[in-house]
Amino acid sequence: MAQVKDYTDIVGKSVIEELFEIGKKAGSMKIQHVNSTAVGGGVAEILTRLVPMMNELGVQARWDVIKGGEKFFAITKKMHNALHGVPETFTDEDWAHFMEVDRDNARSMNFENEVVFIHDPQPIGLVEERIHLNNKWIWRCHIDFSEPRENVWLFLKDFIERFDGAIFSAPAFSRRLNTRQFLISPSIDPLSDKNRELDDEYVRSVFDRFGIDRKRPVITQISRFDYLKDPVGVIKAYKMVKRYIDCQLVLAGGGATDDPEGEKVLSEVRNAADGDKDIFVLLLPPSSDLEINALQRGSSVVLQKSLREGFGLTVAEALWKGKPVIASGVGGIPLQIKHKYSGILTHSIEGTAYWMKQLVNEPVFARELGKNGREHIRQSFLITRHLREYLLLSLSLYHDKDIVYL
Amino acid sequence: MEFTPFEFKSRLILTELLGRRAATLPELTDGIRSVPLSSIYHHTHRFLQQHHFLSPEPPNDFAYWVTNMLNEDVAGEMLASIDVMQFVRLSDLRNRFLDLLEGYLKSVKHKVAGKCPEGEEFHFMSSRIFVISTGHVAQSVEEFREILKSVSIHSIYFHMFEARLRLEKGDNDFSIFLRSAGKERAAEEISRLDPYTFTLEGLRDRILNIVENSR
Repeated sequence: MAQVKDYTDIVGKSVIEELFEIGKKAGSMKIQHVNSTAVGGGVAEILTRLVPMMNELGVQARWDVIKGGEKFFAITKKMHNALHGVPETFTDEDWAHFMEVDRDNARSMNFENEVVFIHDPQPIGLVEERIHLNNKWIWRCHIDFSEPRENVWLFLKDFIERFDGAIFSAPAFSRRLNTRQFLISPSIDPLSDKNRELDDEYVRSVFDRFGIDRKRPVITQISRFDYLKDPVGVIKAYKMVKRYIDCQLVLAGGGATDDPEGEKVLSEVRNAADGDKDIFVLLLPPSSDLEINALQRGSSVVLQKSLREGFGLTVAEALWKGKPVIASGVGGIPLQIKHKYSGILTHSIEGTAYWMKQLVNEPVFARELGKNGREHIRQSFLITRHLREYLLLSLSLYHDKDIVYL
Repeated sequence: MEFTPFEFKSRLILTELLGRRAATLPELTDGIRSVPLSSIYHHTHRFLQQHHFLSPEPPNDFAYWVTNMLNEDVAGEMLASIDVMQFVRLSDLRNRFLDLLEGYLKSVKHKVAGKCPEGEEFHFMSSRIFVISTGHVAQSVEEFREILKSVSIHSIYFHMFEARLRLEKGDNDFSIFLRSAGKERAAEEISRLDPYTFTLEGLRDRILNIVENSR
């Protein structure tokens, strides 16, 4: 596993020195993270990296996972949907069971740490324990929080306001709350299989394996087969472009096999592709990080035509590889792309098609966007920035002023 | 003024969300009137910090939003043209924004009904600053020049921008140090620079050049 110092060549010596300096200031501060799954999903992925890195800087970081049965996770799944604006009904028994599970977990856990980070709604009820302790509690929300349903919002708000602060991934997720709110965006790990440098030989082998011709322009969208990622809209845009440019389209993603809606979307995508041999619909298994990396690196243009998006880390992944990216201006994407500077923001199928043509025909401009995009990701969306902000936030909880001299 | 060694510091920031948003020009004006001064600083300096490796002319967040999301080009241009260098107090800078916006709203009151597209609201934020040492201390002007060549641009940012306006020292730290070292002319020249019209690397070169010429 990569060490903090291994990032020096990527982010520069001063950034790494700053991290060790902050680590020194934090001393042996005990920081606890709690979430609801040890593997799978973005939260577990980031904690797997951040917790050992925090320890390497001298902080005593630990990570605990709450336990829950099928019934509990069915309720939290409904909460997740409702936070994304989907109408869901909750019974009093649902709320009671949710609290019972969190209280059961609390009884077997130890929270005697200076800072406790609770990730997402599943373990939010643990905050009741703070009345017995003299420490700081932070709620970390990883979800798109822009239009939560009233029922789930009112339930959660009561808990959120018992924390010393809440962290959101994008400004649009913040709302009037009786506690401090912090903006900490998610990040990508430039040394992971999904993002690390690959030699061209490997990239070529992946394209060959899928039968994609690298001599002609390749336009790619990486995302699971989901209506919110608008894969059919992507095919429509491609068809508008195909009249003028002999290009290929790659739609690659995973996670459709055990999701009935995913299979439906996949079948609609295949219908829309209508046997076009230059459209590659690739359903990839979960362990395909290197293949995804290669597909992004070998593409001429990368798309992320989402209709809704939490943060959209696939955009950061593509920008990090210096690719020109065309993406919808939703969720956290405008934080990653400034239009015509570090990528292109669009709002329609026609607009997406227009910019696909422009970027394929103007490679110098496209390269410039990619170059700026990569720099922007280097400055703002790598794991080292994420680590720094968690530590600064932990320290800030023990300082009152806006300007803190460490 | 007594000579004191110069400690190069740097600053790190943590962004706070104020939970307040604006969808119209009057709502933006109300927000500017009531948010903490650290928020005014944040929205007038964020671009500069984010794009410090690129061209100068950073617009402030207010001007950017009014121009691009409300399509109020005239008001946007007025806000973009505010000369931040003229202000040594954030409260005066806030008042300048308010004067311009209130004046504009009065002059066009029946025409301004514009609301930004849904999802493009202005979100008020602020930042907490953490000042840390870089570990570099200059005992002489010569050492100062050597360290300045390689110190991180965040350190240059802190001493040139943050010290003057956010810490309200009235001048940048480099000029204060050079004055204490008897380099009055170099100090004056750096004070007179408009740092907002440079990239941070360009600013480093310009300051080095001034110090070099004062030898």
